[in-house]
Amino acid sequence: MLDVLANFGRKGLDAFERLGRGHLLFLQILAGITSLLPRPGLLVAQIHSIGVRTITIIVVSGLFVGMVLSLQGYYVLSQFAAEDSLGVMVAASLVRELGPVVTALLFAGRAGSALTAEIGLMKATEQLSGLEMMAVDPVRRILTPRFFAGFISMPLLAALFSAVGVIGGYFVGVGLLGVDEGAFWSQMQAKIDWNGDVINGVIKSLVFGVICTWIALFQGYDTLPTSTGVSRSTTRTVVHSALAVLVLDFVLTALMFGD
Amino acid sequence: MNTRQLEITVGAFMAAGLVALFFLAMQVSNLANITTSEGYEVSARFDNIGGLKVRSPVSMAGVRIGRVVNIGYDQKSYEAVVTMLIEPEYNQIPEDTIAKIYTSGLLGEQYIGLDPGGSLENFQQGSEVMITQSALVLEEIVGQFLFSKAEENAASQE
Repeated sequence: MLDVLANFGRKGLDAFERLGRGHLLFLQILAGITSLLPRPGLLVAQIHSIGVRTITIIVVSGLFVGMVLSLQGYYVLSQFAAEDSLGVMVAASLVRELGPVVTALLFAGRAGSALTAEIGLMKATEQLSGLEMMAVDPVRRILTPRFFAGFISMPLLAALFSAVGVIGGYFVGVGLLGVDEGAFWSQMQAKIDWNGDVINGVIKSLVFGVICTWIALFQGYDTLPTSTGVSRSTTRTVVHSALAVLVLDFVLTALMFGD
Repeated sequence: MNTRQLEITVGAFMAAGLVALFFLAMQVSNLANITTSEGYEVSARFDNIGGLKVRSPVSMAGVRIGRVVNIGYDQKSYEAVVTMLIEPEYNQIPEDTIAKIYTSGLLGEQYIGLDPGGSLENFQQGSEVMITQSALVLEEIVGQFLFSKAEENAASQE
């Protein structure tokens, strides 16, 4: 009986300890910006591997999400003879929700898992200790550029996703289903607000960028230096990122669109 | 991949992201049109504004010429005071123009429609619309209809 209780307590303490280590690491990563600024080359290389290589999946998913939204939206809206509002529906759902959220989920799967595996393997093969032996701080040299690369890439990817999605929705709605082109754009332009919708979407994706990269980096840095440990951390990255993104999305939506 | 190629792809990526954002700004949210705060203000008093909101369109002959910038309430006359911002190029609106609150479609949003009068004087900054017509509130119309129907029935039974 007491063993069970002790087990439970240990789990709780472990979780809190990890949370604390995660936050300390976050502060260390942020502090590393001083050594990143004089060497932007590191950042560029990381934006390439985190951002540029994620473009393909983002663009293709965005296109199809927009097309499906348009198709489904049309069937519902045509029952109320409100096809003209199709543009509003597609753009609002993309810009407010699907753009930031789906981008973050794809990002966690495509870039986050790769980050964790990369850093986990660096730890398992003692490359990080090697850096430390050479008096190079691995947090500043390895983690900080990756963190800021994710922070910069995420909003750009989310904007790409939304823009491509709107274009996909336009092709299906106007091209395939015969919604009036003028109504599609003008209703969209009248109802979608720059501050209220687009900027809030960008804020969301900035938050998701921080969260997803942070989780990925921490899981990699904190991994058990074995192959099982690395695989477990990689799984955890994707699961935790997805949960964090979905929960935070609810909180942010409640805060931003609450009036 | 050498450094130069790397930098080019990253540059292209960032440019594409910014272009996407620009597309969202211009084509989706029509930022260019919303931020125009130039023009002159004209106010109007209504008994009932219905569902009119700040930023509702102001149109003339169906063309959008401005928007509602402020809605206030006059405690002395029990009227709503609506301030409209008319875009500067539309400066030939007669002073005795009538402002009415319309609904676009059966259940659409409400907007102010201006019907031109015949005066030779035009609206200036700070002018007030003298003749207005309130919003048609659906419940009131339905209520009036039921009331008249009931009266008819009572009359025919006698």
